[in-house]
Amino acid sequence: MNYVITKNNKTLSFVLMGVGILSIVYGFATDSLRAWGSLLMSNFYVMAIALAGVFFLAVQYVAEVGWSVQIKRVLMAMGTYLPYAGGFLILIFAVGHHDLYFWTHHEYYDKASPEYDRLLDGKHAFLNMPFYIARLVLYAGIWSYFALMLRKESLKEDIVGGVINYKKSVKLSAIFLVLFAVSSSTSAWDILMSIDAHWFSTLFGWYIFAGMFVSGLTVIAMLVIYLKRSGYLPNVNDSHIHDLGKFMFAFSIFWTYLWFSQFMLIWYANLPEEVAYYAFRQDHFKAIFVLNFLINFFCPFLILMTRDSKRIKGLILFIGSIMLIGHWLDVYLIVMPGVVGEHAKIGITEIGTTCFFAGLFLYVFFNSLSKAPLVPKNHPMLGESLHHQI
Amino acid sequence: MYEASIREPLILGDKTTHDITEDICRPIEGKANKYWWWCFGVSVAALIWWVLCVSITVGQGIGVWGLNNVVDWGWDITNFVWWVGIGHAGTLISAVLLLFRQKWRLSINRAAEAMTIFAVICAASFLLTHTGRPWLDYTLFPLPNQFGSLWVNFNSPLVWDTFAVSTYFSVSLVFWYTGLIPDFAVVRDRAKTKGMKFWYGLLSFGWVGSAKNWQRFEEVSLVLAGMSTPLVLSVHTIVSMDFATSIVPGWHTTIFPPYFVAGAIFSGFAMVQTLLIITRKVLSLENYITTYHIDMMNRIIMITGSIVGIAYITEFFISWYSGVEYESYCFVNRATGYYWWAYWSMMTCNVISPQLFWFKKLRTNFTFTFILSIVVNIGMWFERFVIIVTSLHRAYLPSEWSTYHPTWVEVGIFIGSIGLFFTCFLLFARFFPVIAMSELKTIVKSSSSQAKREFKEEAHH
Repeated sequence: MNYVITKNNKTLSFVLMGVGILSIVYGFATDSLRAWGSLLMSNFYVMAIALAGVFFLAVQYVAEVGWSVQIKRVLMAMGTYLPYAGGFLILIFAVGHHDLYFWTHHEYYDKASPEYDRLLDGKHAFLNMPFYIARLVLYAGIWSYFALMLRKESLKEDIVGGVINYKKSVKLSAIFLVLFAVSSSTSAWDILMSIDAHWFSTLFGWYIFAGMFVSGLTVIAMLVIYLKRSGYLPNVNDSHIHDLGKFMFAFSIFWTYLWFSQFMLIWYANLPEEVAYYAFRQDHFKAIFVLNFLINFFCPFLILMTRDSKRIKGLILFIGSIMLIGHWLDVYLIVMPGVVGEHAKIGITEIGTTCFFAGLFLYVFFNSLSKAPLVPKNHPMLGESLHHQI
Repeated sequence: MYEASIREPLILGDKTTHDITEDICRPIEGKANKYWWWCFGVSVAALIWWVLCVSITVGQGIGVWGLNNVVDWGWDITNFVWWVGIGHAGTLISAVLLLFRQKWRLSINRAAEAMTIFAVICAASFLLTHTGRPWLDYTLFPLPNQFGSLWVNFNSPLVWDTFAVSTYFSVSLVFWYTGLIPDFAVVRDRAKTKGMKFWYGLLSFGWVGSAKNWQRFEEVSLVLAGMSTPLVLSVHTIVSMDFATSIVPGWHTTIFPPYFVAGAIFSGFAMVQTLLIITRKVLSLENYITTYHIDMMNRIIMITGSIVGIAYITEFFISWYSGVEYESYCFVNRATGYYWWAYWSMMTCNVISPQLFWFKKLRTNFTFTFILSIVVNIGMWFERFVIIVTSLHRAYLPSEWSTYHPTWVEVGIFIGSIGLFFTCFLLFARFFPVIAMSELKTIVKSSSSQAKREFKEEAHH
C-alpha cells in the first residue's frame, strides 16, 4: 500500500512555506542579522531531524532490529530531505557568512590591523573559507548519498526479494555510521560552535548529536502516529508506539546528561575562556536558559515515565510537540546569542523561518513517502515487526 | 514468540530444558579438575602477595609508594579507575541489554555481573588504601561533627565518588543475587549431600518456584534494571569528574563523562571475553557461549573502542583549537614527552587494534579474541596512566615538574589485586551456577537450534 498525499498535506506544507517566505522577507526588511541567524538555526534544526532519521535507520540495520521494520520507510522518506537541507546549508553560508560567523572577516588575521586576533589566527588552519566550504560540501554529500542509497536498496529489495539487498544495506549502514560518528561532531563544531569562534568544548559535538537524536525520534513517533491515525500502517500497534516512546524518554535523559556534563564542568572550573559562553547566555537569556533545561528534561521525564503513557498516541503527540519546542529553544540558544548578540529575540522572523523549513520538509517527506510502498515487503525481519508484542 | 529465520540460534546442540539444568549444575556437583586447582593456586598466591603489599603500605604509610609532591596520584588511582571501568560490562549486559531485549545476554549475564562485583571490590580496595590511613576511611562518609571529624565537603567529586561506587556496588550485588535465587533453588533441589542441601537451601531464601515467587521476581528484576541503567552512566561519569572538575590541563575537558563511560564498557567487555573464553572451555559450555555471543561482544568492543578513539582525537584537536597553550602543550607532551611510550601503547591497544574486528574472520575467532581482549585491557590501563600521570608531571610552573616511577609495593598491589579478582571468580565458577539457567530456559522455544529447525520445517510445509 502506498501513501496517498491528501489535500490537507499539500495545503499545510504550502501555507507553512508561504508564511516562511513572508517572514524571511519581513526579517530582512527589519533586521537582517536576525534573519540570517534564523535561517541558519532553522535549517540546522530541520536538517538535524532528517539526519537523525537516517542515523536511526542505519542503527536498525546494523543492530539487526526486527520490531522497527514497518516504520523504516518513514525513516527513509525523512532522509530524502537531506539533499535540500545540504543545499541550504551551503547557500546560507555562501551568502551570509559575514553576518553569521565573525571569523570570516579578514581584519582579524592581519597582524598590522588593530583588530588582529591572536586566537582566531591560531585557528586559521581549520577555520578558513576554502577548507570550511569543502567540509560543508562533504557533509551534505555524504549524508545525502547514504540516505538515498539506503532507500534505493530497500526499494530494490521489494522487487528482487532475498537477503542480498538487506546485507548490502547493513554494509552501507555500517559505513554511514562510521562517517556519521566523525561528521556529526565536526559538523557541530563547524556549523554551530564556530559562531562563537573563541569558545570551545570537547563535548559539544556529542551534545548536539543528543539533541538532534531526541528531536528526530520525536518527529518519527509523531509521523508514525499521524500515518496510523490516517488509516495507514495497520500492523503498527501499541507496542511499536511504546518502543518509540521509550526511545524519546531515554534519549531525553541522555540529552540532559550531556547538557549537565558540559554545563557543570564549565561552571565548576570557572575558567574565563570557557565560562564566557554560559555567562553571556545566563545574563541575557535567563528565561530561555532555564526553560530549555526544564522543558527538555522534566516534561518527557515525568510524563513518559510510566508504561501506559508511552502507549497513548495523543499523549505522545502532546509531549512530542513540547519537546520539539524545547529543542528548538536549545538550538536558538546555541545560535542566536552568538549571531545577533544580547538583543536577540523570538518573533515573527525566528518562528516564521522555521515554518518555511518545516513546510519544505513535510512536502518532501510526503512526496517521497507516496512514491514507494509504506512497508518493505521482502525485509527478512518483517515478520518480527508484524507480530511485535511487548 | 516469532523470530526471523535469519537470526542465528543462541543455544546449540538441541538442548532441552533438562539438559540445560544438567550442564550448568555439573561443575557445582562434581569435583574440580586440575586446571581449576592450578588456576586457583596461582590466584591465591597472588592474593597472599596482595595482602603482604597492602600490609606494608598500611604499616609504613604511603611513603613506600613512588608518589611525590607533584605526581601524587599514580598506580593507585590508575588501578582504581581501571577496575571500576571493567565492572561496567556486567551492569550494561544485565540492565541495558535487558531493556533492548537482547536475548544473547542470557548466556553471559551471570558471569558478567559476578565480574562486576569482584572488579568493584578490587577498585574499592585502591580507594581505601590510597588514603594512607585506612582506619580513618569512615570520614569519607558524612558523619556528624561530634564523631571527631569535619562534615564532608559535598562540593568535592571525591565525596560523590564514595556515593557513586557504594551505590553501584550495592545495586549490582542485589541484582546479581536476585537472579541467583531460583538457580540456587535448583541446585538445592538436586543436592545429594546434606551439606549442599543446607547451604544452597540457605542461599536460595526458601524459593519454591510458585507463580507468586516468579511474579515478584520479575517485578524486582525490572525495578533493579531500571535503577541500574542510570548507574551504568553515573558511576564512570563521576569518576571522570574527579579529574574534569579540576583545572589541570588534560583533565579539565567536558567530553570526559561520556568518554569515560564508553571506555569503561570497552574494557568491561574485553574482560568478559577474557573470562568467558576460558570458562566455556574449562566448564564445557560451548553450546551456550557460542561464536555468535563472542561476535556480538566483539562488535560492542569495536564500537566503544572507536568512540574512545574519536574522543582522543577530539581532545587532541580541541586542545589545539582552543588556543590555550597549556592544553596544547599537555597533549603534545603526552604524545612526544617523557611518557610517550605510554601514550602510544594506549593508542595502539585501544584505537587501532579493535579495528581488526571489522573482519568477520577475526571477530569470530576465539584465540584472536582472547588475545585482543587482553590487549584492550592493557590499553585501557595505559589510558588511565596517561591521563593521570602525564597531566600531573608537568603542571603550570617548572617547579611543579617531576617524574614518577612505581615501587615494587605498588606493582605488587596491582598484581595482587588481579589475584584477588581471579580468586573470587574461580570460587564463583566452582560454587555458583555460571549461567542464569532459569532465565536461559525461557528462550529454548524461540532461539535454540532445534527451535530454528522447526521454524524452518514449518515454513517449508
